[in-house]
Amino acid sequence: MRPALLTVRGLVKHYEMRRSISERLLGRPHRRVHAVNDVSFEIWRGETLGLIGESGCGKSTLGRTVLRLHEPTAGAIEFDGVDVTALQPAALTRLRARMQIVFQDPYASLNPRKSVREIVALPLAIQGLADAAQREEQVGTMLGRVGLREDQFERYPHQFSGGQRQRIGIARALVTRPDLVVCDEPVSALDVSIKAQILELLSELKKDLGLTYLFISHDIATLGYLADRIAVMYLGEIVETGPARDVMRAPRHPYTQALMSAVPRVDASSRRQRIILKGELPSPINPPSGCKFHTRCPSAMPRCATQAPAAVAMNADGSHQASCFLYTDLQASDPSGEDECKR
Amino acid sequence: MMPPTAMPQTLAPPDAGHDEPLLEGPLLSVRGLSTCFATADGVLRAIEAIDLDVMRGECLGVVGESGSGKSVTFASVMGLIKPPGKITAGSVRLDGVELTQLSAVALRRLRGRQIAMTLQDALTALNPVLTIETQLCEVIRAHDDDVARLPRPQRARAARGRAVEMMALVGIPSPRQRLGDYPHQFSGGMRQRIMMAIALACRPRLLIADEPTTALDVTVQAQVLELIAEQRARWGMSVVLITHDLAVVAERCDRIVVMYAGQVVETGRTADVIADPRHPYTRGLLASIPRADDPSLPIRPIQGTVPSLIDPPAQCRFYARCERREAACLAAIPVMSFGDGRSARCLFAEA
Repeated sequence: MRPALLTVRGLVKHYEMRRSISERLLGRPHRRVHAVNDVSFEIWRGETLGLIGESGCGKSTLGRTVLRLHEPTAGAIEFDGVDVTALQPAALTRLRARMQIVFQDPYASLNPRKSVREIVALPLAIQGLADAAQREEQVGTMLGRVGLREDQFERYPHQFSGGQRQRIGIARALVTRPDLVVCDEPVSALDVSIKAQILELLSELKKDLGLTYLFISHDIATLGYLADRIAVMYLGEIVETGPARDVMRAPRHPYTQALMSAVPRVDASSRRQRIILKGELPSPINPPSGCKFHTRCPSAMPRCATQAPAAVAMNADGSHQASCFLYTDLQASDPSGEDECKR
Repeated sequence: MMPPTAMPQTLAPPDAGHDEPLLEGPLLSVRGLSTCFATADGVLRAIEAIDLDVMRGECLGVVGESGSGKSVTFASVMGLIKPPGKITAGSVRLDGVELTQLSAVALRRLRGRQIAMTLQDALTALNPVLTIETQLCEVIRAHDDDVARLPRPQRARAARGRAVEMMALVGIPSPRQRLGDYPHQFSGGMRQRIMMAIALACRPRLLIADEPTTALDVTVQAQVLELIAEQRARWGMSVVLITHDLAVVAERCDRIVVMYAGQVVETGRTADVIADPRHPYTRGLLASIPRADDPSLPIRPIQGTVPSLIDPPAQCRFYARCERREAACLAAIPVMSFGDGRSARCLFAEA
């Protein structure tokens, strides 16, 4: 088995909500947003793990908590053998040279008062990685690598289009030569033809620089194209993980099945019977008991409301897992679980 | 509580409210439509010489990227272009009636009853300080003849009844209770449904849905598109679906119009265009999207960016990004038609 670059175990991130005056006067406890609940996964060196889920499922929070941009409430994060959760601030800053992030919004994530050259040089300066001359050279190389011309280096973010700004954001993330890059919806704000250019750039860079990606997106087609493995999130929990191809073609968790069936497809012959989910995403302030999906699940059983299902292996090597009671009993009788579930 | 009998008869067949006989030909016909905007840098020709038809009962998909002019085209159709914008040429006919010549009052009578439009961003399109009831009832009182015919004291109640009915129709749970809520109290998908309720309240013959699902998650997107399809089947309404998502058009639309840099570059039946795109831009667009139906297909981005529409040259607007360009493309390109209702603005379209 390949070595894991990042291992996450039992990660929890809850936010305390501000109490209103009446709540404070009555001494009511803080209400908590359960953004990420007991999430475990690993990312192998050199792979792209796609994290998929709908708005509000906690995927961005998870991506940021992994880098400790948000402090985790509980759980362990291990990056290349280092316990990230235990690091002191100075050590954490040093480690961040090796784990970087590309943000979704190319307009909000670049400082409007700094030139492109300054923006991309800043991570090197903070890390103290190079002297001024080397820094200059590395910044120039990286900006050229993402497709900017030298005469554009002194310009300011507002002088660029969305696609070019995202290139600048990518250059900033890669200039310290990180191992892991969290890509948080990096192409969602871009137009179709520009999106393809950025996706192509990201896959080239991954190959050339030997990067590992945690790629967060709500766009299933994009992840299917880019990811080696996919993890599906619903209401703060990972409900299914597996090789991208298997999760796309033969999803096992009822939520993943509904999600995949809802994706519009260009080719008429590949369309599936649509599973229209009833109701809306429950609030993460007051999530349902048991399996979080039981309130909307077409296959819900009585025990789904009270017990939380554990991950069950869907194939012989355990690379495809789903957390659903539909499969727990099957697993007991047939360890592969494969044939019976296909129906 | 209102007895159910007090509700106006709203589920009548689609033509009940329209006494004029159905004419032959397309419901909406746009010819040579050009709209420009005066900007500090010069005149921006947002759309130029747009020709398109919307047939009766069909769903037409209008595809293009930001700045291709798809929204401006239909804002022009609706008469929503305000200075510094101006319609400089062309005609828009709805059932034979020329809309560009109509007075503001006549146009207002037409909107809602005949054509309705939903906008992309439901949060900014709805008024944040008015309840849904106020916004929905306003449309019904202004445009619904059944309600307008009632004696004044009954109108408000009838309008409210219709509003509840529309909310239920678009799938909002407990519509009667939620009528008093404000837009921010609804989720994105629910707000899009409310806009749909407002647009559909007077059973328009043509619904223009501008990016109805762009900001929505896929499962919600499927719900909203399903809703449009249901209403279309129910009233025999024509629908224009403006979107940048080719997969949505492939699934939902009968015909497709591809726009690029302010021009229509390709038209045809959806299945034909998807299977055999003739304009290099359409080909590029199809090749550049990751395909959920076959993730192993490589993507090939279209290089370069959209040209500026401030005083664009007469040449093919895709010239700089095109793989097939030749010297002949530097002249103005006519629209080539080649059977089956297909056409493309490319010299090599027939090849």
